[in-house]
Amino acid sequence: MMLDTGVLDGFLSAAVRVATPLLLAALGEMIAERGGVINLGIEGAMLAGALAAALGASTGGAWSGLAASGAAGMLLATVFGLAAIGARADQIIAGTATTLLAVGITGTVYQAAFGSAGAGLSLPTLAPIRIPGLAIVPLAGPAFFNQPVTTYVALLAVPLCWWFLFRTRTGLALRAVGESPEHARAAGVRARRLQFAGTLAGGLFAGLAGGTLVLAQVGTFAERMTAGRGFIAIAIVVLGRWHPVGVLGAALLFGAATALQFVFQAMGLAVPYQLFLMLPYVLTLVLLAGLVGGVKAPAALGRAAE
Amino acid sequence: MTGAPLLQLRDIHKRFGTVQALMGAGLVAHAGEVHALLGENGAGKTTLMHVASGMTAPDTGAVLVDGAPRRLKSPRDARAAGIGLVHQHFTSIAALTVAENVALFAGWDVRPRELALRVTALTKRLNLPVDPGALAGTLPVALLQRLEIVKALAGDARVLLLDEPTGVLAPSEAEELLARARAFAESGGAVVLITHKLDEALRGAHRVTVLRRGRVVLERRVEGLGAGELTQAMIGDAALVEEPSPVAFSVKDAARRVHVAGLEVARESGLGMAVRHASLGIRAGEIVAVAGIEGSGQRELLRAIAGVLPVFRGTREVSQPIAFIPENRTTEGLIPDLSVTENVVLGLGRSASWVRRGRLDWKAAGARTAELIAEFGVRTTGPAARAASLSGGNQQKLVIARAFERGPGVIVAENPTRGLDVQATRAVHDRLREAASLGVAVLLYSSDLDEVMTLGQRIVVMSRGTLREAPPGASRAEIGSLMLGSPA
Amino acid sequence: MRVDSRAAGLLLPVASLAAGLAVLAIFFALSGYDPVAALGAMIRGAFGSWYAFTSGTLVRAVPLMLIALGFTIGLRAGVLNIGGEGQFYVGAVAATWIGLKLGDWPGSAAIPVMLAVAFAAGALWVTVPAWLRLRFGVLEVISTLLLNFVAESLVSFMVQGPLQESQHIYPQSDQLPVAARLPAFAGTRLHIGILLALSCCVLAWYVFRRTMIGFELRAVGRGPRAARVTGGLNVRRLGAIALLVSGALAGLAGGVEVGGVSYALYPNLSPGYGFTAIAVALLARQSPVGIVGSAILFGALEAGAGAMQRDAGVPAVAVYVAEAVTILAVLLADAVSLRRRDTVTA
Repeated sequence: MMLDTGVLDGFLSAAVRVATPLLLAALGEMIAERGGVINLGIEGAMLAGALAAALGASTGGAWSGLAASGAAGMLLATVFGLAAIGARADQIIAGTATTLLAVGITGTVYQAAFGSAGAGLSLPTLAPIRIPGLAIVPLAGPAFFNQPVTTYVALLAVPLCWWFLFRTRTGLALRAVGESPEHARAAGVRARRLQFAGTLAGGLFAGLAGGTLVLAQVGTFAERMTAGRGFIAIAIVVLGRWHPVGVLGAALLFGAATALQFVFQAMGLAVPYQLFLMLPYVLTLVLLAGLVGGVKAPAALGRAAE
Repeated sequence: MTGAPLLQLRDIHKRFGTVQALMGAGLVAHAGEVHALLGENGAGKTTLMHVASGMTAPDTGAVLVDGAPRRLKSPRDARAAGIGLVHQHFTSIAALTVAENVALFAGWDVRPRELALRVTALTKRLNLPVDPGALAGTLPVALLQRLEIVKALAGDARVLLLDEPTGVLAPSEAEELLARARAFAESGGAVVLITHKLDEALRGAHRVTVLRRGRVVLERRVEGLGAGELTQAMIGDAALVEEPSPVAFSVKDAARRVHVAGLEVARESGLGMAVRHASLGIRAGEIVAVAGIEGSGQRELLRAIAGVLPVFRGTREVSQPIAFIPENRTTEGLIPDLSVTENVVLGLGRSASWVRRGRLDWKAAGARTAELIAEFGVRTTGPAARAASLSGGNQQKLVIARAFERGPGVIVAENPTRGLDVQATRAVHDRLREAASLGVAVLLYSSDLDEVMTLGQRIVVMSRGTLREAPPGASRAEIGSLMLGSPA
Repeated sequence: MRVDSRAAGLLLPVASLAAGLAVLAIFFALSGYDPVAALGAMIRGAFGSWYAFTSGTLVRAVPLMLIALGFTIGLRAGVLNIGGEGQFYVGAVAATWIGLKLGDWPGSAAIPVMLAVAFAAGALWVTVPAWLRLRFGVLEVISTLLLNFVAESLVSFMVQGPLQESQHIYPQSDQLPVAARLPAFAGTRLHIGILLALSCCVLAWYVFRRTMIGFELRAVGRGPRAARVTGGLNVRRLGAIALLVSGALAGLAGGVEVGGVSYALYPNLSPGYGFTAIAVALLARQSPVGIVGSAILFGALEAGAGAMQRDAGVPAVAVYVAEAVTILAVLLADAVSLRRRDTVTA
């Protein structure tokens, strides 16, 4: 069966597009988890970011929307941080509660702001920006370099995160906290402060991821539109072994798996769409299981500093 | 010793909750001196050192460096003031490399190539070679301690605080460390050696300060000082010198309680063998003490005998019931959040008298626990008290009471007196001897060679996974060289 | 999560719930909704009449009780199963599938079989996370969470495919035959599932308090290393048992809901019971008896939310705000009391 290049290009481009919000959220969560904090609230932060993007864009344009999405994500991360780091409450439950909170808030505010009419909200979006020169490269060109600005931000964030974690003193201190807050303290590191900062960074990225969904992909807001992407991002962090390059690879893998449905549709294969809905989650589980041994999480993950 | 002391702690008071850890304690460290800070566990030595190193702020009192008062708000401040602390429990982070650990503690820049060069230069200068690229988690204990010292001295420290440094070392390694400390002092620095061992203070230091219950009770030059006087100061009672265990008289024909032959036990991490080939027999009423530096396989040997770790190969015949006293009472011996009664129920399992067909009679369990508490002198508000509310010594008494309740034929104990003061230690020793006199076979490991020699009727040495029995009457030095693996 | 002294026992949950409602009211005001009207509609919808209480509040309390009980059993052993929603759906699917086949059976046989199948299906669904945890060390938190989404897709697939109603128009199953329906109390929609849920709570209370295995679960949850080294307990096995029971109870909840309330399978059968149940369990401070009261309170919230949407035009999803704040309030109070306790015993 011959796939014409059009379909292949479309597939790769879709893969990168789908991967972008996952990559953003996963990079942010990776930073937080390197500090020892696992934040299940990023699903809620993403949702809040999505709504904030819709609100911001409908009043001030796409860029306002993007800014608002980051801010909303950080706000939700603050709620989580106060509970999990400030009060040292159980991180899993605090994260779940944060997401629940976001679902309630976004659902209500959306209806209050846009009425219960539902779909059909048209927002100014971020159009793809073609990078001349690079976009002509076969295969990778159209896939990576003809995307909205949020994709470029996400791709740039990969080397930035790497440099932060492995080439700066703060990054080293953060990693130390994630391994052992007590030992890091003995070295004079402000453990709680770093954990909180890492969590905020995670919220920022997750919020931007939500903004990406609305402004660069779907073009509108719908209740619970994140559909578990935040949780998949957490799995991507594990699959990527808490390393920026690994996270990039895992996110792209996800994007590809999800984009597969377009290929199937183009080839005229009739597969129940629910199978594609299930695919990302099942794939995550299979891959997580496949990492037998050698997966070293930050040793103190889940434990807030004294 | 002219000029201002390099470090002076004056009239330090520190309270934690309801416990007054330090009451007007102080210390003076001059350049060129090794100053021993002596005291039993719980006397306040570590707290005082935490004040000196910026980890804790005193409630009242002053810290003076070179005669000038300094506010040390963090370990970084202390390092900047030239004070380096080598912690008793190592503070290196296993997943980071040696170089990264040094960078973290010293606040150095992280670029790998420059950092590696800088760390190598430092270790060369200090004559403490460690591989900068090695992961701290892979280092053996002696090298880990070297890393601790390198970290402490990375900031050009002039005052070196060594917190109980010889506990994990073989006797000759401990000597080497003390020699290095003296050399550091002779080159113009000051060393404060925190220890609870009298002979280290007498051998290795120029001056000594003795702490008891948070107060300074003695401070003078070491010359002319005797062990009895020091003991008196430390405990307030010179009479507690312990006699070694009497050899059991009827052991020859007593029943064999432990028999292992050709034992091989894998490391808990799964990488390689911890015990390579061990054969040991213990009869009822014997006390066998195991000596060995950490990581020699003694932990795995004891745990395999106790039935906690699986045996890879070889014979293991141990009579039931076995009572196991793990080293870490708060993570493996007790569940701190649960009550005393619940911990007793945990330790006795389904064979206890209060368990019938899967059903638990809490009243009976509580009543028996109350009896045990009284019998073993465990100081607590009652059977319903949380185990975490007991002091270390009382927790250990509880663990031992529980072990005895099983009516064991074999007791296996790891470092049973770790962190306990002299009174509590003596109580544990007495209980173990009592058990032996009643016909229990006792197998114990202690990282304190003195304890091994005092308690053990027979002494076996673990070194690099192999077990060797020390000849009867072997000296400390002989056992020490066995620990390091040299042929007997 | 600790079970605190009896004195604080009742004050904390009530205060937390009050905090949740207070924040909800403020949120309403900020969003432009009338808090008084909204909360009023909620209270009427939950307690306004005998019918509202039985057929609104208590009916919703049943699945909450079962799932929360499952969550609590898992939590006791240190296992965090937040896949209750998915296990509920799988139980519902299994119950529908078998229920449709048992039309010729007498009710006294059909119902137990249907519920047993739902129970087993829930356990089966959690087998995958349990195995992943045992064999590969995959955090059960992630795996149970992800399977929620898979279960929802499964329901969607079933009701548009193999289980679709005979006319093939709507995405839902046929109605269950009468034999497979749980009898209800006269004049209400409250079905006998409530008796089942209450019995499960009582049984759990007995197991926790009076049996060795109940204690062993607690030991494993509070101190796994000590449980293994000192108690000789098989921590992995006990954790797996707790996880399986927890999933089974959630599956049972799904079967009960299908057999007693909806009589059919369709998407969005659950208004988030799996997550609300977490709030129920936390508020009940891990006490099976407390779960009964807590489930009724949250059942009231859910029933009230529906009424609130109908009568006051306030979106029902807002109730999650109250639930989330309640959870956070309980967590905070726990953390504060832990801090205070730890500083007293130096």
